[in-house]
Amino acid sequence: MLAEEDIAGKFGQFGGRFVPEALIGALDELERTHNEAMSDPVFLAELAHLNATYVGRPSILTDAKNFSKHCGGAQILLKREDLNHTGSHKINNVIGQALLTKRMGKKRVIAETGAGQHGVATATAAALMGFECVVYMGEEDVRRQSLNVARMKLLGAQVVPVTSGSRTLKDAINEAMRDWVTNVADTHYLLGTVAGPHPFPTIVRDFHSVIGNEAREQVLALNGKLPDAVLACIGGGSNAIGIFNRFIGDAGVRLIGLEAGGDGIETGRHASTISGGTVGVLHGTRTYVLQDENGQTVESHSISAGLDYPGVGPEHAYLHDLGRAEYRSVTDAQAMEAFALLSREEGIIPAIETAHALYGAMVLGKELGKDATILINLSGRGDKDVQTAAAWFGIEL
Amino acid sequence: MIASQSKLSKLFIKCKSENRAALIGYLPAGFPNQSDSIKIIKAMIEGGVDAVEIGFPYSDPVMDGPVIQEAAEVARKNGITMAKTLDIVKEISATGVPTLLMTYWNPIERYGPEKFAHDFSVEGMEGVITPDLPIEEAGVWLATAKENSIHSIFVIAPSTGDGRLKDVTSNCSGFIYAASSMGVTGTQTSVANTASALVERVRKISGTPVAVGLGVSNRVQASEVAKFADGVIVGSAFVKAVLQNPSDPATAVRKVAEELSLGVRER
Ligand SMILES: Cc1ncc(COP(=O)(O)O)c(C=O)c1O
Repeated sequence: MLAEEDIAGKFGQFGGRFVPEALIGALDELERTHNEAMSDPVFLAELAHLNATYVGRPSILTDAKNFSKHCGGAQILLKREDLNHTGSHKINNVIGQALLTKRMGKKRVIAETGAGQHGVATATAAALMGFECVVYMGEEDVRRQSLNVARMKLLGAQVVPVTSGSRTLKDAINEAMRDWVTNVADTHYLLGTVAGPHPFPTIVRDFHSVIGNEAREQVLALNGKLPDAVLACIGGGSNAIGIFNRFIGDAGVRLIGLEAGGDGIETGRHASTISGGTVGVLHGTRTYVLQDENGQTVESHSISAGLDYPGVGPEHAYLHDLGRAEYRSVTDAQAMEAFALLSREEGIIPAIETAHALYGAMVLGKELGKDATILINLSGRGDKDVQTAAAWFGIEL
Repeated sequence: MIASQSKLSKLFIKCKSENRAALIGYLPAGFPNQSDSIKIIKAMIEGGVDAVEIGFPYSDPVMDGPVIQEAAEVARKNGITMAKTLDIVKEISATGVPTLLMTYWNPIERYGPEKFAHDFSVEGMEGVITPDLPIEEAGVWLATAKENSIHSIFVIAPSTGDGRLKDVTSNCSGFIYAASSMGVTGTQTSVANTASALVERVRKISGTPVAVGLGVSNRVQASEVAKFADGVIVGSAFVKAVLQNPSDPATAVRKVAEELSLGVRER
């Protein structure tokens, strides 16, 4: 499986590099830098040091005994990426790429953000390492994730609201690409998920693999055996690849990604790219895409800004076609049900993105029964979603 | 048609004999709507454009600045499709000017590269510019284009290294599209310096005509570029003329073309 990926950033028929010529040099430089860094003990030691002393790794594993009741009694293990510095898994990739930025001698980073978690993580690393930082964010997301906009500004980043297209994550990526084409000599595009042109899907996966590496050890230490299934929500797919990667070789472990179903796939208002899309090219990579018969990207819809994306990482497309991973869809209403349950039963307010994976466990647990163990990537905490959740549940602010 | 006998190739030979550069004008298909789009492109030809590059409006145009983005959005709102673009190509190529298409890759992939090459070449399209298809991903397209005698035109950038420059330019036919600077489409104040250095590098390794685009917007710039390039590509300036003159866009576009066509003759 991994051998395939070595062919110029391809995952089977997926992946590759569909970008303007002006970016090829920068992508080559990034690929070279990443390859060298990953076999440089000094780099790896610095990364491990920051993970331990700044990010707060390893993240803990929580046995969610109360929430388990809503999952057919199956054992539910939560990999607590919400406890990382800045509140989500996003920081893992950001710290890694920030170190690559330093290694390339670049002084300016740009990023796209949907939920604002990647933007906050990037602004954080930029503050730590002294980079200038510009974050592109769809105007619609600026509105629904205003708390994170304020955090980015406090951290010294410039937040640029994007008013083109659907005014969400897809358009923020377009704008970041345009900035990068123009300023590539001194700027690194710190892409926040496992999508985009090669080498991003590989780099982002590598820096998030720490999640699954730790979790596999932790589950084995706790249970003496591997889990039956590993679940994660899918926006671009970074937290999912991060926890899946170490388990891909464990044939008995089911890997299940939960896509955002919005109002339901049948309504056309959703962000379930694998379940409801077709093969195409978007943002520099061949993958599943929500598109019409003219190849125009169709706008995605989700209550969750971080999952509101009409594409998906190419490795997920590949794992899907191989049958190694399964992809299911969870609607807004289902995710919010799981959001409320985890908050009340476990005292953990999850990100709305993560709540999609939690609902997936409620369904799967009932399918598998009480002897099963389900490992969930609890990708982020819900502080940023308090406004959205309050509106959903009719809580007055 | 054999590619070397295309109207496009003959145009570059003619321009050389006239000691001038060719003026290549870009407008998006269906902008601002289907019928006006055809009238406006024809006005651009009347004003002196030698070859037409019709852009297929795409939802995620990462190579385009705000002006062309806006035009693409207008055209999409007004219902542009591949089928309607085919009709525009037919009308424009019937005027006798070399007609090219510029499109991001996904619409071609969705339409089916074979069918796309066939359908559009039947209607007179002579070449395709693919701004987000690097040479590494272009294998299928190159074969398909060749089979249908379509020029495949790739973009080179100031950052393109020497080894790569050879690979890309040797796969270009019709002309080589040299991006004047690092950036997206749109008007810029100066274009000549990086562009002339890039064209000079190409001259050492390729005999294919070189046209320079990105940021050329007026007569003075056109004449500067015409001093070292075989073609001058102008897009955003035409789009701007349409956006700023909603009551009579055709006249505005004709005037811009007339100015620029003087520029490409001032070497
Ligand atoms: C907490 C959280 N989980 C998941 C995601 C989705 O991204 P990905 O699919 O790349 O993990 C986001 C994105 O913003 C997020 O903030």
